[in-house]
Amino acid sequence: MGADKYILRVEDIHKAYGDREVLKGVSFNVRKGETKVFIGPSGTGKSTLLRCINQLTLPDQGRVFLNDEEVTNSGTRINYFRQKIGMVFQNFYLFDHLTAVRNVEVALLKVKKMDAAAAREKALEELRRVGMEDWADHYPAELSGGQAQRVSIARALAMDPDVILFDEPTSALDPELTREVLEVMKNLARQGMTMLVVTHEMSFALSVANEILFMEHGKIIERGTPAQVREDPSFERMRKFIGKFADFGEGSGKEDD
Amino acid sequence: MTDAAFFTEVLIPALLKGGVVSLQLIALAAPFGLLAGIAIAIGRTYGGRVVSGLCHGYIIFFKGCPLLLLLFILYFGLPSLGITLPAFVAAVIGFILCNGAYNSEYIRGALLSVKEGQMIAAQALGMSRWQAIRHIILPQALRRAIPGVSNEFIYLIKYSSLAYLITVTELTGAAKIVAAKYFAYFEAFALVGIFYLILVSIATVAVGVLEKRLAIPGFSGK
Repeated sequence: MGADKYILRVEDIHKAYGDREVLKGVSFNVRKGETKVFIGPSGTGKSTLLRCINQLTLPDQGRVFLNDEEVTNSGTRINYFRQKIGMVFQNFYLFDHLTAVRNVEVALLKVKKMDAAAAREKALEELRRVGMEDWADHYPAELSGGQAQRVSIARALAMDPDVILFDEPTSALDPELTREVLEVMKNLARQGMTMLVVTHEMSFALSVANEILFMEHGKIIERGTPAQVREDPSFERMRKFIGKFADFGEGSGKEDD
Repeated sequence: MTDAAFFTEVLIPALLKGGVVSLQLIALAAPFGLLAGIAIAIGRTYGGRVVSGLCHGYIIFFKGCPLLLLLFILYFGLPSLGITLPAFVAAVIGFILCNGAYNSEYIRGALLSVKEGQMIAAQALGMSRWQAIRHIILPQALRRAIPGVSNEFIYLIKYSSLAYLITVTELTGAAKIVAAKYFAYFEAFALVGIFYLILVSIATVAVGVLEKRLAIPGFSGK
Protein backbone atom coordinates (compact mmCIF):
# COMPACT_ATOMS: atom_id res chain seq x y z
CA MET A 1 0.00 0.00 0.00
CA GLY A 2 1.42 3.40 -1.02
CA ALA A 3 2.52 5.76 1.67
CA ASP A 4 -0.14 8.31 0.75
CA LYS A 5 -2.91 5.76 0.55
CA TYR A 6 -5.39 6.27 3.36
CA ILE A 7 -7.27 3.38 4.91
CA LEU A 8 -9.81 5.71 6.50
CA ARG A 9 -10.87 9.20 5.46
CA VAL A 10 -13.15 11.33 7.59
CA GLU A 11 -14.41 14.49 5.89
CA ASP A 12 -16.10 17.45 7.53
CA ILE A 13 -18.28 15.61 10.05
CA HIS A 14 -21.01 17.70 11.64
CA LYS A 15 -23.41 16.54 14.33
CA ALA A 16 -25.90 18.46 16.43
CA TYR A 17 -28.34 17.33 19.10
CA GLY A 18 -31.07 19.94 18.91
CA ASP A 19 -29.38 23.32 19.32
CA ARG A 20 -26.22 21.79 20.71
CA GLU A 21 -23.57 21.36 18.05
CA VAL A 22 -21.36 18.50 19.15
CA LEU A 23 -19.17 18.23 16.05
CA LYS A 24 -18.47 21.27 13.90
CA GLY A 25 -16.63 19.96 10.90
CA VAL A 26 -14.03 17.34 11.80
CA SER A 27 -11.71 15.94 9.12
CA PHE A 28 -8.70 13.65 9.26
CA ASN A 29 -7.15 10.74 7.40
CA VAL A 30 -5.61 7.54 8.71
CA ARG A 31 -2.95 5.38 7.10
CA LYS A 32 -2.69 1.66 7.65
CA GLY A 33 -0.95 0.82 10.89
CA GLU A 34 -1.32 4.28 12.42
CA THR A 35 -2.52 4.95 15.94
CA LYS A 36 -4.29 8.26 16.32
CA VAL A 37 -5.20 9.38 19.80
CA PHE A 38 -7.93 11.93 20.47
CA ILE A 39 -7.68 13.89 23.67
CA GLY A 40 -9.51 16.87 25.07
CA PRO A 41 -11.96 17.93 27.75
CA SER A 42 -15.08 15.83 28.35
CA GLY A 43 -18.10 16.60 26.24
CA THR A 44 -16.18 17.88 23.23
CA GLY A 45 -17.53 15.30 20.82
CA LYS A 46 -14.71 12.75 20.78
CA SER A 47 -16.94 9.75 21.45
CA THR A 48 -19.62 11.07 19.10
CA LEU A 49 -16.95 11.35 16.42
CA LEU A 50 -16.03 7.67 16.79
CA ARG A 51 -19.69 6.69 16.62
CA CYS A 52 -20.15 8.77 13.47
CA ILE A 53 -17.38 6.76 11.82
CA ASN A 54 -19.22 3.43 12.09
CA GLN A 55 -22.61 5.13 11.85
CA LEU A 56 -23.85 4.10 15.27
CA THR A 57 -24.60 7.81 15.36
CA LEU A 58 -25.61 9.30 12.03
CA PRO A 59 -23.71 12.50 11.24
CA ASP A 60 -25.78 15.43 9.96
CA GLN A 61 -23.18 16.22 7.35
CA GLY A 62 -19.83 14.94 6.16
CA ARG A 63 -18.56 11.68 4.74
CA VAL A 64 -16.50 8.71 5.86
CA PHE A 65 -14.54 6.45 3.52
CA LEU A 66 -13.00 3.09 4.29
CA ASN A 67 -10.53 1.97 1.62
CA ASP A 68 -12.12 4.57 -0.71
CA GLU A 69 -15.60 3.11 -0.28
CA GLU A 70 -18.19 5.41 1.25
CA VAL A 71 -19.35 4.26 4.67
CA THR A 72 -21.84 7.10 5.14
CA ASN A 73 -25.11 6.69 3.24
CA SER A 74 -24.28 3.04 2.53
CA GLY A 75 -27.73 1.66 3.44
CA THR A 76 -27.70 -1.93 4.63
CA ARG A 77 -24.08 -2.29 3.46
CA ILE A 78 -23.24 -0.56 6.71
CA ASN A 79 -23.29 -4.03 8.30
CA TYR A 80 -20.41 -4.96 6.03
CA PHE A 81 -18.43 -1.85 6.96
CA ARG A 82 -19.04 -2.38 10.67
CA GLN A 83 -17.33 -5.76 10.40
CA LYS A 84 -14.31 -3.90 9.05
CA ILE A 85 -14.45 -1.17 11.71
CA GLY A 86 -14.10 -2.72 15.14
CA MET A 87 -15.23 -0.88 18.24
CA VAL A 88 -14.29 -1.13 21.91
CA PHE A 89 -16.52 0.66 24.41
CA GLN A 90 -15.92 2.35 27.72
CA ASN A 91 -18.31 -0.03 29.48
CA PHE A 92 -17.18 -3.11 27.49
CA TYR A 93 -20.73 -4.05 26.48
CA LEU A 94 -19.92 -7.75 26.56
CA PHE A 95 -22.97 -9.90 25.86
CA ASP A 96 -24.07 -10.77 29.37
CA HIS A 97 -25.55 -14.18 28.55
CA LEU A 98 -22.49 -15.54 26.73
CA THR A 99 -19.18 -16.86 28.04
CA ALA A 100 -16.00 -15.06 27.02
CA VAL A 101 -15.31 -17.38 24.11
CA ARG A 102 -18.91 -17.21 22.90
CA ASN A 103 -18.80 -13.43 23.09
CA VAL A 104 -15.91 -13.54 20.67
CA GLU A 105 -17.37 -16.16 18.34
CA VAL A 106 -21.02 -15.07 18.13
CA ALA A 107 -20.47 -12.57 15.31
CA LEU A 108 -18.17 -15.02 13.52
CA LEU A 109 -21.05 -17.50 13.51
CA LYS A 110 -23.98 -15.20 12.88
CA VAL A 111 -22.44 -12.44 10.77
CA LYS A 112 -19.50 -14.09 9.03
CA LYS A 113 -21.33 -17.45 8.92
CA MET A 114 -18.18 -19.36 9.83
CA ASP A 115 -18.63 -23.00 10.78
CA ALA A 116 -18.63 -23.81 14.48
CA ALA A 117 -15.19 -25.41 14.70
CA ALA A 118 -13.43 -22.65 12.77
CA ALA A 119 -15.20 -19.93 14.78
CA ARG A 120 -14.24 -21.56 18.07
CA GLU A 121 -10.63 -21.89 17.00
CA LYS A 122 -10.49 -18.27 15.87
CA ALA A 123 -12.17 -17.08 19.09
CA LEU A 124 -9.71 -18.97 21.29
CA GLU A 125 -6.83 -17.60 19.25
CA GLU A 126 -8.02 -14.01 19.81
CA LEU A 127 -8.51 -14.67 23.53
CA ARG A 128 -4.94 -15.94 23.64
CA ARG A 129 -3.80 -12.74 21.97
CA VAL A 130 -5.21 -10.69 24.86
CA GLY A 131 -4.13 -13.19 27.52
CA MET A 132 -7.66 -14.36 28.34
CA GLU A 133 -7.64 -17.95 27.08
CA ASP A 134 -7.85 -19.32 30.63
CA TRP A 135 -11.11 -17.42 31.12
CA ALA A 136 -12.80 -18.64 27.94
CA ASP A 137 -15.67 -20.36 29.75
CA HIS A 138 -16.40 -17.60 32.23
CA TYR A 139 -19.37 -15.26 31.99
CA PRO A 140 -18.94 -11.46 31.93
CA ALA A 141 -20.24 -11.19 35.50
CA GLU A 142 -17.31 -13.36 36.61
CA LEU A 143 -14.64 -11.14 35.05
CA SER A 144 -12.90 -8.05 36.39
CA GLY A 145 -13.31 -4.86 34.38
CA GLY A 146 -9.86 -5.22 32.88
CA GLN A 147 -10.51 -8.81 31.89
CA ALA A 148 -13.89 -7.90 30.41
CA GLN A 149 -12.30 -5.14 28.35
CA ARG A 150 -9.62 -7.52 27.07
CA VAL A 151 -12.35 -9.94 25.99
CA SER A 152 -14.15 -7.10 24.22
CA ILE A 153 -10.90 -6.27 22.39
CA ALA A 154 -10.62 -9.93 21.37
CA ARG A 155 -14.22 -9.75 20.15
CA ALA A 156 -13.35 -6.77 17.94
CA LEU A 157 -10.12 -8.39 16.70
CA ALA A 158 -11.89 -11.61 15.71
CA MET A 159 -13.65 -9.84 12.85
CA ASP A 160 -10.24 -9.01 11.32
CA PRO A 161 -11.11 -5.31 11.14
CA ASP A 162 -9.16 -2.75 9.09
CA VAL A 163 -9.35 -0.30 11.98
CA ILE A 164 -10.46 -0.43 15.60
CA LEU A 165 -12.14 2.47 17.39
CA PHE A 166 -11.44 2.64 21.13
CA ASP A 167 -13.96 4.80 22.97
CA GLU A 168 -12.36 5.61 26.34
CA PRO A 169 -11.44 1.95 26.85
CA THR A 170 -9.98 2.45 30.31
CA SER A 171 -12.19 5.20 31.76
CA ALA A 172 -14.31 2.72 33.72
CA LEU A 173 -11.29 0.90 35.18
CA ASP A 174 -9.11 1.20 38.27
CA PRO A 175 -5.53 2.29 37.55
CA GLU A 176 -4.33 -1.25 38.18
CA LEU A 177 -6.74 -2.70 35.62
CA THR A 178 -6.12 0.15 33.21
CA ARG A 179 -2.55 -1.01 32.88
CA GLU A 180 -3.40 -4.50 31.61
CA VAL A 181 -5.73 -3.07 28.97
CA LEU A 182 -3.20 -0.47 27.81
CA GLU A 183 -0.58 -3.23 27.56
CA VAL A 184 -2.84 -5.12 25.15
CA MET A 185 -3.45 -1.96 23.12
CA LYS A 186 0.26 -1.19 22.93
CA ASN A 187 0.93 -4.67 21.62
CA LEU A 188 -1.73 -4.22 18.97
CA ALA A 189 -0.19 -0.93 17.89
CA ARG A 190 3.19 -2.62 17.62
CA GLN A 191 1.70 -5.43 15.56
CA GLY A 192 0.50 -2.84 13.07
CA MET A 193 -3.20 -2.59 13.94
CA THR A 194 -4.76 0.68 12.79
CA MET A 195 -6.36 2.31 15.80
CA LEU A 196 -8.30 5.43 16.72
CA VAL A 197 -8.26 5.94 20.46
CA VAL A 198 -10.24 8.39 22.59
CA THR A 199 -8.58 8.42 25.99
CA HIS A 200 -7.47 10.43 28.98
CA GLU A 201 -4.35 8.28 29.35
CA MET A 202 -1.72 10.84 28.44
CA SER A 203 1.28 8.56 28.82
CA PHE A 204 -0.36 6.15 26.42
CA ALA A 205 -0.98 8.97 23.95
CA LEU A 206 2.56 10.26 24.21
CA SER A 207 4.21 6.86 23.95
CA VAL A 208 2.04 5.03 21.41
CA ALA A 209 0.33 7.57 19.14
CA ASN A 210 1.58 8.44 15.69
CA GLU A 211 -0.47 11.58 16.04
CA ILE A 212 -2.31 13.22 18.90
CA LEU A 213 -5.41 15.22 18.02
CA PHE A 214 -6.68 17.71 20.56
CA MET A 215 -10.41 18.36 20.37
CA GLU A 216 -12.37 21.12 21.97
CA HIS A 217 -15.90 22.41 21.31
CA GLY A 218 -16.47 19.95 18.46
CA LYS A 219 -13.33 20.76 16.51
CA ILE A 220 -9.78 19.55 16.19
CA ILE A 221 -7.83 22.48 17.63
CA GLU A 222 -4.29 21.13 17.49
CA ARG A 223 -2.67 18.03 16.11
CA GLY A 224 0.87 16.74 16.06
CA THR A 225 3.24 13.89 16.82
CA PRO A 226 4.05 13.15 20.46
CA ALA A 227 7.54 14.58 19.92
CA GLN A 228 6.11 17.84 18.57
CA VAL A 229 3.61 18.07 21.40
CA ARG A 230 6.32 17.53 23.97
CA GLU A 231 8.88 19.87 22.52
CA ASP A 232 7.12 22.53 20.47
CA PRO A 233 5.76 25.33 22.69
CA SER A 234 3.32 26.39 19.96
CA PHE A 235 1.13 23.42 20.97
CA GLU A 236 -0.04 25.66 23.73
CA ARG A 237 -3.58 24.36 24.34
CA MET A 238 -2.60 20.74 24.24
CA ARG A 239 0.41 21.18 26.52
CA LYS A 240 -1.71 23.02 29.02
CA PHE A 241 -4.37 20.29 28.92
CA ILE A 242 -1.87 17.46 29.24
CA GLY A 243 -0.13 19.33 32.05
CA LYS A 244 -3.25 18.89 34.17
CA PHE A 245 -2.62 15.18 34.19
CA ALA A 246 -0.09 13.90 36.67
CA ASP A 247 1.70 11.64 34.24
CA PHE A 248 2.87 14.38 31.85
CA GLY A 249 6.60 14.28 31.31
CA GLU A 250 7.02 10.62 32.09
CA GLY A 251 5.51 9.54 28.80
CA SER A 252 8.87 8.92 27.19
CA GLY A 253 7.69 5.60 25.80
CA LYS A 254 10.16 3.67 27.91
CA GLU A 255 8.71 3.54 31.35
CA ASP A 256 6.09 0.93 30.52
CA ASP A 257 8.37 -1.63 28.98
CA MET B 1 -72.35 -49.97 42.43
CA THR B 2 -70.00 -49.72 45.36
CA ASP B 3 -68.21 -46.51 46.18
CA ALA B 4 -64.91 -48.05 45.22
CA ALA B 5 -66.24 -49.30 41.92
CA PHE B 6 -67.69 -45.86 41.16
CA PHE B 7 -64.25 -44.35 41.55
CA THR B 8 -62.25 -46.96 39.69
CA GLU B 9 -64.70 -47.80 36.93
CA VAL B 10 -66.56 -44.57 36.30
CA LEU B 11 -65.10 -41.41 37.72
CA ILE B 12 -61.38 -41.92 37.31
CA PRO B 13 -61.55 -43.27 33.73
CA ALA B 14 -63.80 -40.35 32.75
CA LEU B 15 -61.48 -37.84 34.36
CA LEU B 16 -58.42 -39.39 32.73
CA LYS B 17 -60.13 -39.10 29.36
CA GLY B 18 -61.01 -35.49 30.06
CA GLY B 19 -57.55 -34.92 31.43
CA VAL B 20 -56.02 -36.01 28.14
CA VAL B 21 -58.16 -33.43 26.33
CA SER B 22 -57.07 -30.77 28.83
CA LEU B 23 -53.43 -31.67 28.27
CA GLN B 24 -53.93 -31.47 24.51
CA LEU B 25 -55.48 -28.01 24.85
CA ILE B 26 -52.62 -26.83 27.04
CA ALA B 27 -49.88 -28.49 24.99
CA LEU B 28 -51.13 -26.78 21.83
CA ALA B 29 -51.92 -23.39 23.34
CA ALA B 30 -48.79 -22.90 25.46
CA PRO B 31 -46.04 -22.97 22.79
CA PHE B 32 -48.04 -20.88 20.32
CA GLY B 33 -49.04 -18.53 23.11
CA LEU B 34 -45.36 -18.09 23.88
CA LEU B 35 -44.49 -17.51 20.21
CA ALA B 36 -47.35 -15.01 19.89
CA GLY B 37 -46.10 -13.26 23.02
CA ILE B 38 -42.56 -13.04 21.66
CA ALA B 39 -43.71 -11.75 18.27
CA ILE B 40 -46.02 -9.12 19.75
CA ALA B 41 -43.45 -7.98 22.30
CA ILE B 42 -40.78 -7.58 19.60
CA GLY B 43 -43.23 -5.81 17.30
CA ARG B 44 -44.27 -3.42 20.00
CA THR B 45 -40.73 -2.73 21.25
CA TYR B 46 -38.76 -2.60 18.01
CA GLY B 47 -41.39 -2.17 15.29
CA GLY B 48 -42.08 1.05 13.44
CA ARG B 49 -45.05 3.18 14.35
CA VAL B 50 -47.56 1.02 12.45
CA VAL B 51 -46.36 -2.39 13.68
CA SER B 52 -45.92 -1.13 17.21
CA GLY B 53 -49.40 0.41 17.13
CA LEU B 54 -50.99 -2.78 15.85
CA CYS B 55 -49.31 -4.81 18.57
CA HIS B 56 -50.43 -2.35 21.19
CA GLY B 57 -53.98 -2.58 19.84
CA TYR B 58 -53.83 -6.37 20.04
CA ILE B 59 -52.77 -6.24 23.67
CA ILE B 60 -55.48 -3.74 24.62
CA PHE B 61 -58.14 -5.79 22.86
CA PHE B 62 -57.28 -9.24 24.19
CA LYS B 63 -56.43 -8.09 27.69
CA GLY B 64 -59.69 -6.22 27.81
CA CYS B 65 -61.89 -9.02 26.50
CA PRO B 66 -63.00 -11.66 29.04
CA LEU B 67 -61.69 -15.02 27.89
CA LEU B 68 -65.08 -16.66 28.14
CA LEU B 69 -66.56 -13.98 25.89
CA LEU B 70 -63.72 -14.51 23.43
CA LEU B 71 -64.45 -18.25 23.33
CA PHE B 72 -68.16 -17.57 22.81
CA ILE B 73 -67.39 -15.25 19.91
CA LEU B 74 -65.00 -17.76 18.33
CA TYR B 75 -67.34 -20.72 18.67
CA PHE B 76 -70.90 -19.36 18.69
CA GLY B 77 -70.35 -16.01 16.97
CA LEU B 78 -68.12 -16.70 14.00
CA PRO B 79 -70.54 -19.12 12.27
CA SER B 80 -72.82 -16.15 11.53
CA LEU B 81 -69.89 -14.69 9.57
CA GLY B 82 -69.59 -17.99 7.72
CA ILE B 83 -66.62 -19.26 9.75
CA THR B 84 -67.31 -22.46 11.63
CA LEU B 85 -64.60 -23.79 13.91
CA PRO B 86 -64.64 -27.13 15.73
CA ALA B 87 -65.00 -26.47 19.47
CA PHE B 88 -61.53 -27.78 20.25
CA VAL B 89 -59.94 -25.53 17.62
CA ALA B 90 -61.92 -22.49 18.81
CA ALA B 91 -60.74 -23.14 22.36
CA VAL B 92 -57.08 -23.47 21.37
CA ILE B 93 -57.23 -20.27 19.28
CA GLY B 94 -58.88 -18.39 22.13
CA PHE B 95 -56.24 -19.57 24.61
CA ILE B 96 -53.39 -18.64 22.25
CA LEU B 97 -54.79 -15.14 21.67
CA CYS B 98 -55.26 -14.52 25.38
CA ASN B 99 -52.04 -16.21 26.54
CA GLY B 100 -50.07 -14.36 23.84
CA ALA B 101 -51.38 -10.97 24.96
CA TYR B 102 -50.35 -11.47 28.58
CA ASN B 103 -47.04 -13.16 27.71
CA SER B 104 -46.14 -10.27 25.43
CA GLU B 105 -46.31 -7.85 28.33
CA TYR B 106 -43.92 -9.92 30.44
CA ILE B 107 -41.57 -10.34 27.50
CA ARG B 108 -41.75 -6.66 26.58
CA GLY B 109 -40.75 -5.73 30.10
CA ALA B 110 -37.82 -8.14 29.84
CA LEU B 111 -36.79 -6.74 26.44
CA LEU B 112 -36.77 -3.23 27.89
CA SER B 113 -34.63 -4.41 30.80
CA VAL B 114 -31.79 -5.48 28.48
CA LYS B 115 -29.22 -2.71 28.55
CA GLU B 116 -28.92 -0.49 25.48
CA GLY B 117 -25.22 -1.31 25.13
CA GLN B 118 -26.04 -4.90 24.13
CA MET B 119 -27.76 -3.70 20.95
CA ILE B 120 -25.05 -1.14 20.25
CA ALA B 121 -22.25 -3.70 20.64
CA ALA B 122 -24.08 -6.20 18.42
CA GLN B 123 -24.61 -3.62 15.69
CA ALA B 124 -21.00 -2.49 15.95
CA LEU B 125 -19.98 -6.06 15.05
CA GLY B 126 -22.03 -5.89 11.86
CA MET B 127 -25.23 -7.53 13.07
CA SER B 128 -28.46 -6.24 11.60
CA ARG B 129 -31.06 -5.05 14.06
CA TRP B 130 -32.96 -8.29 13.62
CA GLN B 131 -29.84 -10.44 14.16
CA ALA B 132 -29.08 -8.46 17.31
CA ILE B 133 -32.61 -9.01 18.63
CA ARG B 134 -32.57 -12.69 17.70
CA HIS B 135 -29.12 -13.65 18.97
CA ILE B 136 -28.34 -11.13 21.70
CA ILE B 137 -31.41 -9.38 23.10
CA LEU B 138 -34.01 -12.17 23.05
CA PRO B 139 -31.91 -14.87 24.80
CA GLN B 140 -31.36 -12.43 27.66
CA ALA B 141 -34.93 -11.16 27.75
CA LEU B 142 -36.51 -14.63 27.71
CA ARG B 143 -34.50 -15.66 30.74
CA ARG B 144 -35.80 -12.66 32.61
CA ALA B 145 -39.35 -13.32 31.40
CA ILE B 146 -39.47 -16.89 32.77
CA PRO B 147 -41.19 -16.03 36.07
CA GLY B 148 -43.93 -13.99 34.41
CA VAL B 149 -44.45 -16.34 31.49
CA SER B 150 -44.59 -19.38 33.77
CA ASN B 151 -47.20 -17.62 35.88
CA GLU B 152 -49.24 -17.17 32.74
CA PHE B 153 -48.70 -20.83 31.86
CA ILE B 154 -50.17 -21.83 35.20
CA TYR B 155 -53.19 -19.61 34.55
CA LEU B 156 -53.54 -21.37 31.20
CA ILE B 157 -53.70 -24.77 32.91
CA LYS B 158 -56.56 -23.52 35.01
CA TYR B 159 -58.50 -21.49 32.48
CA SER B 160 -58.34 -24.37 30.02
CA SER B 161 -61.44 -25.51 31.96
CA LEU B 162 -63.40 -22.74 30.22
CA ALA B 163 -63.29 -24.88 27.06
CA TYR B 164 -66.07 -26.92 28.62
CA LEU B 165 -68.42 -23.96 28.18
CA ILE B 166 -68.03 -24.26 24.41
CA THR B 167 -68.71 -28.02 24.53
CA VAL B 168 -65.17 -29.39 24.73
CA THR B 169 -65.27 -32.29 27.18
CA GLU B 170 -62.03 -31.65 28.96
CA LEU B 171 -61.25 -32.40 32.60
CA THR B 172 -63.81 -30.13 34.26
CA GLY B 173 -66.46 -31.00 31.70
CA ALA B 174 -65.93 -34.72 32.15
CA ALA B 175 -66.31 -34.29 35.90
CA LYS B 176 -69.49 -32.25 35.46
CA ILE B 177 -71.05 -34.97 33.29
CA VAL B 178 -70.23 -37.78 35.71
CA ALA B 179 -71.25 -35.68 38.70
CA ALA B 180 -74.65 -34.88 37.22
CA LYS B 181 -75.31 -38.45 36.19
CA TYR B 182 -74.41 -40.01 39.54
CA PHE B 183 -75.17 -37.01 41.69
CA ALA B 184 -71.61 -37.14 43.03
CA TYR B 185 -70.63 -33.49 42.79
CA PHE B 186 -68.35 -33.42 45.76
CA GLU B 187 -66.36 -36.51 44.80
CA ALA B 188 -66.04 -35.50 41.16
CA PHE B 189 -65.03 -31.90 41.69
CA ALA B 190 -62.74 -32.64 44.62
CA LEU B 191 -60.89 -35.14 42.45
CA VAL B 192 -60.72 -32.62 39.60
CA GLY B 193 -59.27 -30.12 42.05
CA ILE B 194 -56.55 -32.63 42.92
CA PHE B 195 -55.90 -33.19 39.22
CA TYR B 196 -55.34 -29.48 38.62
CA LEU B 197 -53.24 -29.22 41.74
CA ILE B 198 -51.00 -32.03 40.49
CA LEU B 199 -50.74 -30.44 37.02
CA VAL B 200 -49.87 -27.03 38.45
CA SER B 201 -47.35 -28.57 40.86
CA ILE B 202 -45.63 -30.43 38.03
CA ALA B 203 -45.56 -27.21 35.97
CA THR B 204 -44.10 -25.26 38.88
CA VAL B 205 -41.35 -27.80 39.45
CA ALA B 206 -40.63 -27.99 35.71
CA VAL B 207 -40.30 -24.21 35.49
CA GLY B 208 -37.96 -24.24 38.48
CA VAL B 209 -35.77 -26.85 36.80
CA LEU B 210 -35.82 -24.89 33.53
CA GLU B 211 -34.89 -21.68 35.31
CA LYS B 212 -32.00 -23.41 37.04
CA ARG B 213 -30.73 -24.98 33.83
CA LEU B 214 -30.80 -21.66 32.00
CA ALA B 215 -29.29 -19.73 34.90
CA ILE B 216 -26.27 -17.60 34.07
CA PRO B 217 -23.98 -15.77 36.46
CA GLY B 218 -25.08 -12.18 36.70
CA PHE B 219 -28.67 -12.90 35.72
CA SER B 220 -30.24 -14.24 38.86
CA GLY B 221 -29.62 -11.18 40.99
CA LYS B 222 -27.25 -13.23 43.12
